[in-house]
Amino acid sequence: MDFPISAETARWLAIPMGMVFGLLLHRGGVADYNVIVNQFRFRDFTVLKVMLTAILVGGVGVLILKTGGHAEYHIKPANMLGVVLGATLFGIGMVLYGYCPGTGVAAMATGSLHAVVGFFGMLLGGVAYALSFTWVEAHIQSVAKLGKVRLPELTGVPDWGWFLILAAIAAVVFWLIERRFERPKAGSKP
Amino acid sequence: MNEPNEMTGLRREVDPLKPRGRWNPYVVGVGIGVLSWLAFGLVNQPLGITTALSAASSVCALPVMGAEGVAQNPYWAKTPFRWDGGMLFLVGTFLGSLVSVLSSRTFRWELVPSTWSWRFGGSTWKRMVAAFVGGGIIMFGARMAGGCTSGHGISGSLQLALSSWTFFLTLFGSGALTAWFVFRKNTPEQR
Repeated sequence: MDFPISAETARWLAIPMGMVFGLLLHRGGVADYNVIVNQFRFRDFTVLKVMLTAILVGGVGVLILKTGGHAEYHIKPANMLGVVLGATLFGIGMVLYGYCPGTGVAAMATGSLHAVVGFFGMLLGGVAYALSFTWVEAHIQSVAKLGKVRLPELTGVPDWGWFLILAAIAAVVFWLIERRFERPKAGSKP
Repeated sequence: MNEPNEMTGLRREVDPLKPRGRWNPYVVGVGIGVLSWLAFGLVNQPLGITTALSAASSVCALPVMGAEGVAQNPYWAKTPFRWDGGMLFLVGTFLGSLVSVLSSRTFRWELVPSTWSWRFGGSTWKRMVAAFVGGGIIMFGARMAGGCTSGHGISGSLQLALSSWTFFLTLFGSGALTAWFVFRKNTPEQR
């Protein structure tokens, strides 16, 4: 399929796009160790607010682009054992490090020295994975291999149905969060 | 400072705990969503971090394994180090955060963050070891799962991929359990 810009232009466009991403991560507060860790302690819901909003806005836009023939999907394969084990490790690592890979890179620029140390940990983790790749591929990625499946095909519920469901869930979650966390003083002192 | 607004009668919200230069998280979420439109419609590459990062890790292995050893590794053979869009995006993420932190004048060196020191004290070594080990685990997990919070969590979830929603939900469950285990400390000041 044809895209409006050449591959070479797209490559260089990655720098300003990355810059916008980094700026948004920092301004959103998710390049802050405390914000990330306190999400998992259910004391700060910034991460969830950013992610769910991004998924909904991004998802509806990309669906429209895709329907109009202006975008392709890039679905990651559902090797379920690998995804579940990997995500479990990811959650453990994210709480210890206090960042995810993207926010860790953003945090390095804010003066977080432990983010820099963890960055070298990430590089070492990358080396460790490359060295164990053959084994992992044979013994873990081969289990429960479902392929590049999307929820609409799997369930029969169409794309827009999923986004309606997600929007409803997000609305309830956001409403509960704002009521519970963001205005505790307003309730006690009208 | 906290006078009621003449027009609306509402008091302007002044939150002393809100750090300077921070934007509304919903607005930031919309921004990342719109950025995804460009990533899909213009660049044809979803937002992601760890694919480039794992390619960058091959550079660290060069001194030990040598160029041939790295080239022969089946994983790095698939994703070799090169200055492609993903790698430049990674560099951009760092630069963008730098621009943001300098323009909001919030740059400060941080060795031990407050939530950590509340639980584990002010020891720099302890924090650095945890960050290093955590970084290692997170990267290994990200490669095994096939993506991170950006590639799976946002880019994959917005495409309604089964793999990505499985990743997202498992990650939150695992993180919450880990956080409970690591940070449980039932002192009065916590409540």
